[in-house]
Amino acid sequence: MHFLSDPLHNDFMVRAFVAATLIGLVCSITGVYVVLRNLSFIGDGLAHASFAGIVIAYLLKFNLYLGGLIFAVVTALGIGAVSKKSEVSLDTSIGVLFTASFALGIMLMSRVRNYVVDLQDFLFGNILAIDRRDIFIVAVLVVLVLSIVALFYKELLFASFDPITAAANGIPIEALSYLLLVLLAVTIIVSLQAAGIVLVAALLVTPAATAYQLTNRFGWMMFISACVGVVSAIVGLYASYYLNVASGSTIVLVATAWFFLAIALSPKRRSLLTALLEARRTAAKVR
Amino acid sequence: MDHDHTHVLPADVANPREHSHTIAPAGRHLHAHAGHRKEIDRPVGERMSEAVALQGVCAGYFGRDVLDEISFEVAAGDFIGVIGPNGSGKSTLLKVIAGLLPVQCGSVRVFGRAPDSATRRMLGYVPQIESVNWSFPVTVFDAVLMGTYGRLGFFRRPSAADREAAHQALADVGMSEHADSQIAQLSGGQQQRVFIARSLVQHPKLLLLDEPIAGVDATTQHAIFTLLEKLQKAGATIIVTTHDLSCVAEWFDRVLCLNHRLIAFGPPSEVLNAQTLSATFGSHVLFGTAAS
Repeated sequence: MHFLSDPLHNDFMVRAFVAATLIGLVCSITGVYVVLRNLSFIGDGLAHASFAGIVIAYLLKFNLYLGGLIFAVVTALGIGAVSKKSEVSLDTSIGVLFTASFALGIMLMSRVRNYVVDLQDFLFGNILAIDRRDIFIVAVLVVLVLSIVALFYKELLFASFDPITAAANGIPIEALSYLLLVLLAVTIIVSLQAAGIVLVAALLVTPAATAYQLTNRFGWMMFISACVGVVSAIVGLYASYYLNVASGSTIVLVATAWFFLAIALSPKRRSLLTALLEARRTAAKVR
Repeated sequence: MDHDHTHVLPADVANPREHSHTIAPAGRHLHAHAGHRKEIDRPVGERMSEAVALQGVCAGYFGRDVLDEISFEVAAGDFIGVIGPNGSGKSTLLKVIAGLLPVQCGSVRVFGRAPDSATRRMLGYVPQIESVNWSFPVTVFDAVLMGTYGRLGFFRRPSAADREAAHQALADVGMSEHADSQIAQLSGGQQQRVFIARSLVQHPKLLLLDEPIAGVDATTQHAIFTLLEKLQKAGATIIVTTHDLSCVAEWFDRVLCLNHRLIAFGPPSEVLNAQTLSATFGSHVLFGTAAS
């Protein structure tokens, strides 16, 4: 049992566990919509877009997360507007906007001499550096995002499955799309501390993609995704403690391991295991 | 405007403005609509309370008009087939009636009023089955229950009565035994029936179906049309798009030929001729005319 309790003697590890659990939860819940609506690229896009805001906030000695949040939300709303007005696909408008915002961040960062120390955490995440006040903010935002998802559960479900009919039945699908983008932006900013700009998309996509392999029910997909997200965060943090490696990347790799396990065991299709056994049997017959 | 096709229009729709006096306040309309429910085989040309009226409607996407000055009226209780080649604006027409797409010019009236939240409640919409992801993690029953969501409004969960209505709708389309199946396991015809069931949960007065017989076998096609005819007898107005001409003469009261412009609108016997069909589909598609 010392194995499990040892890391918890350090205050910074306790804070990291609390934060990682909250972040794992909120990412895996909103990630369900990301996977079912094919928005994987958006997670990556919004994270990158936030970078300009973070650097600007850094230069102006302003709250870095607030700076990142403003840029992510503005980009989220801009993505919808650009793709609507200009006839280009959502993917393309994300590609244009997020790289532009990221480039702005890099350009401004090149003016800062000591950026390596301060801004690197935003690129790769450093959950061990989270302080008490950050945890409080993360908790409030996570509760907010999850409450909104719960309140609009049935509308988000209908609009995700069949937007045309949902609209014909009077569900405001456009407003819901923007709401979802803003929720994603908040989720991503909250999660930067854990995984950083480069890896945060994995926290959104991998647990939900794992759950998608294992169930045919929307509610169950959310539940399984949440379990995978939280368990990956905790297991990943323990592993990073004992292996003395970076926490964000370890959490992502643990979630990825669950994903491949789920593919192998998925009841939805002929599992990889039976496929392998059958292949061996056929091979034996041929011989 | 180029009106060189007006000569194929049946007399009573050639100039819909003549009938504009038939537009009545919504309340009176619904009342009148109920009174005409059983009367399907009325003589052509007799005006009834209208369910849908379009006047000079242009609509499209990104500034390109897909529909060009469309005018017609659909009487309450009619079973209408909209035919035309792919990309001729059939789906766009349904979206305009459903209020999903704003019109660039002209006006749309559904039961006497511009499409709004009140008309949405009277309307059942069945999209093309390719428009959704069928590997989405919901069961047949979950999908049908979504038919109650719009009317429920925000923050309310479906009640026992709503669930009962969803079960009833599944029974109506003969899909009860598939209630717990995942939607990915369904055949094309079963998918169509699930979507029809979802639209029936709301007891619509106007049903709009986008290609409901695309990719289904002859037996299922017959089953779907029999079901729609039953709904029509119960009082519903039904508008169906199809590019399959084989079923047109057998099932529809009136046929609307569309190719961006309204080519013709009238009973199958009047509309299904070589001239109209070549104007609709282009001169190479004439094998469907045998039906008339």
